[in-house]
Amino acid sequence: MASIRLTLTDEQRALKAGVADICKRYPGEYWRELDAKREYPEAFVNELTKAGYLAALIPHEYGGAGLGVTEGSLILETIHENGGNAAACHAQMYIMGTLLRHGSEAQKRTYLPKIATGELRLQAFGVTEPDAGSDTTKLKTTAVRSGDRYVVNGRKMFISRVLQSDLMLLLARTTPVDQVKRRTEGLSVFLVDIRDLKGFEVRPLRMMMNHSTNALFFDDVEIPADSLIGHEGKGFSYILDGMNAERILVASESLGDGRWFVEKAVQYSGHRVIFGKAIGANQGVQFPIAKSHTAVEAATLMRDKAAALFDAGEACGAEANMAKYLAAEAAWEAGNACIDCHGGYGYAEEFDIERKFRECRLYKTAPINNNLVLAYVGEHVLGMPRSY
Amino acid sequence: MKILVLAKQVPDTATQVKISSNPRAIETAGVTWIVSPYDEFALEEALRIKEKRQGTEVVAVSLGPDRVKETIRSCLAMGADRAIHLNDPAWADADTLTTARALAAVIKQEAPDLVLTGRQAIDDDMGAVTAQVAEILGWPCASWIMEEAIADDGKTVRAGRQVEGGLEIFDLPLPAVLSAQKGLNEPRYPTLKGIMGAKKKEIRDVKAGDLGLAAEPPQLSLLTLEALPPRPPGRVIPGEVKEAVRELVKALREEAKVV
Repeated sequence: MASIRLTLTDEQRALKAGVADICKRYPGEYWRELDAKREYPEAFVNELTKAGYLAALIPHEYGGAGLGVTEGSLILETIHENGGNAAACHAQMYIMGTLLRHGSEAQKRTYLPKIATGELRLQAFGVTEPDAGSDTTKLKTTAVRSGDRYVVNGRKMFISRVLQSDLMLLLARTTPVDQVKRRTEGLSVFLVDIRDLKGFEVRPLRMMMNHSTNALFFDDVEIPADSLIGHEGKGFSYILDGMNAERILVASESLGDGRWFVEKAVQYSGHRVIFGKAIGANQGVQFPIAKSHTAVEAATLMRDKAAALFDAGEACGAEANMAKYLAAEAAWEAGNACIDCHGGYGYAEEFDIERKFRECRLYKTAPINNNLVLAYVGEHVLGMPRSY
Repeated sequence: MKILVLAKQVPDTATQVKISSNPRAIETAGVTWIVSPYDEFALEEALRIKEKRQGTEVVAVSLGPDRVKETIRSCLAMGADRAIHLNDPAWADADTLTTARALAAVIKQEAPDLVLTGRQAIDDDMGAVTAQVAEILGWPCASWIMEEAIADDGKTVRAGRQVEGGLEIFDLPLPAVLSAQKGLNEPRYPTLKGIMGAKKKEIRDVKAGDLGLAAEPPQLSLLTLEALPPRPPGRVIPGEVKEAVRELVKALREEAKVV
């Protein structure tokens, strides 16, 4: 049975220290400069890869560290706690989960060891489309079998890190929606080598934060038939069971953001003297910070519970969703408290707060909107009527 | 070849050190402990030698209370093969000589070909242990080294040590003791596998009695620690640049007496 540990093991503490050590070499200036140019943190990601952290969840037999989502969470949380942004590479950690759980042994042997070393980057996940976001089954991209190939046509939207990936996981419809009993059927997952793909176009989108996001266009793109993962038509269920891990890991990034904001706010408000005393002595400044800390700590417990359940192989849908919700909200509130206590400096780029503020906002929207988390809790946890 | 690396646990450089209610000690609550950075250079160098010379064993040695285990595990995570922890309340007030005697006793037991350590620990900055260890063992010693090369036959080491404006190159017969200066190398990070594998490596606990050392009062006893006086506030000299500079020079000459 799953149980939550309230203290870190020696290894987990050493792991956090190891990640923090790397982060120290990539201070605020590094992230700030990349943010201004909307460039990819290549050096940071390479270093993290070399040290093996992004292969944390890959089993030993395929060259990874064979650790759980609990440890993966600690890695990502620590990056954010130290002012970095793991969004640039977190997907390398978990997208391979679909391949691991549903891929053939040959596919696993071909790709996982190279993903573990970082020789191959699999950190793009093509699901969302211009007309299909949370309503995934409405996606229009098709993959039609033709001999030993599939021919892909369609568009994908807000797909991150495509230009920094060698492989992409792609969800496309293989059976038209009017020929399946349920909308969730007829979708298939492909592991596509996108390094040299004819008819495939990537258009970078300039977003609020530095997230290497793109629009994708498939125009009669031919991919080998053995790119298919698992069985044709079962793709939706394969994608769904990877989502809990993603939510727990993303929640961990929010928790790191929240801690970073709180720490910054505590430091600043303790030293900034206005009207003869440190501003942190005013309840109007102090309480929002204390409240944020409380919320971050509470969300951490939910994350820990979700991760413990996940690692024990138990159902964790409710906990993973609630952890993502609580953590994203806590980070957002902490970001607001941090900006408020910094006054004008909160908006100055060199304080890094405005950058983190933009970055942390994303997790109220992605990988799933917090409103849809509430809809899930209402419908599936509490048994209330479907609200959408 | 066997290399012993002497590593000390020290407060993180970012820690704000406070004197505790016992005026002979610092407040340890809330302190983050790290491997002294110079000792990390020493360990890195040992690991590089291991990579070049097949069959080399790197053993990390540290003296201190239970919390030192964490430092030892960092050394193992970086790549040391095993570790020795000198942990005994008898060493609680150890001065550099007592420490050096304990370390030398372990070194004698282990009989390595080379001992590497940092030029000093960054906590109390005594910088005495390297030379004391070498003296007790009767081994040659080169401190503050910036480079080293072990001869192919493993009988000597050529060490370049930092001196004002250049390097001083020595040949030392092995076994010898070397202390590392910043610039010797760039220490590696522990990898995730290194961190997870550290638990499986051997840490041998050693007490004073195991080394046949009799308890002895330290020759150097710490009387008290005093905090630095707070830095006086700076002074802004207002006015036109020309007059202000004149006043600044006058203040530097007559008050600060530095020009």
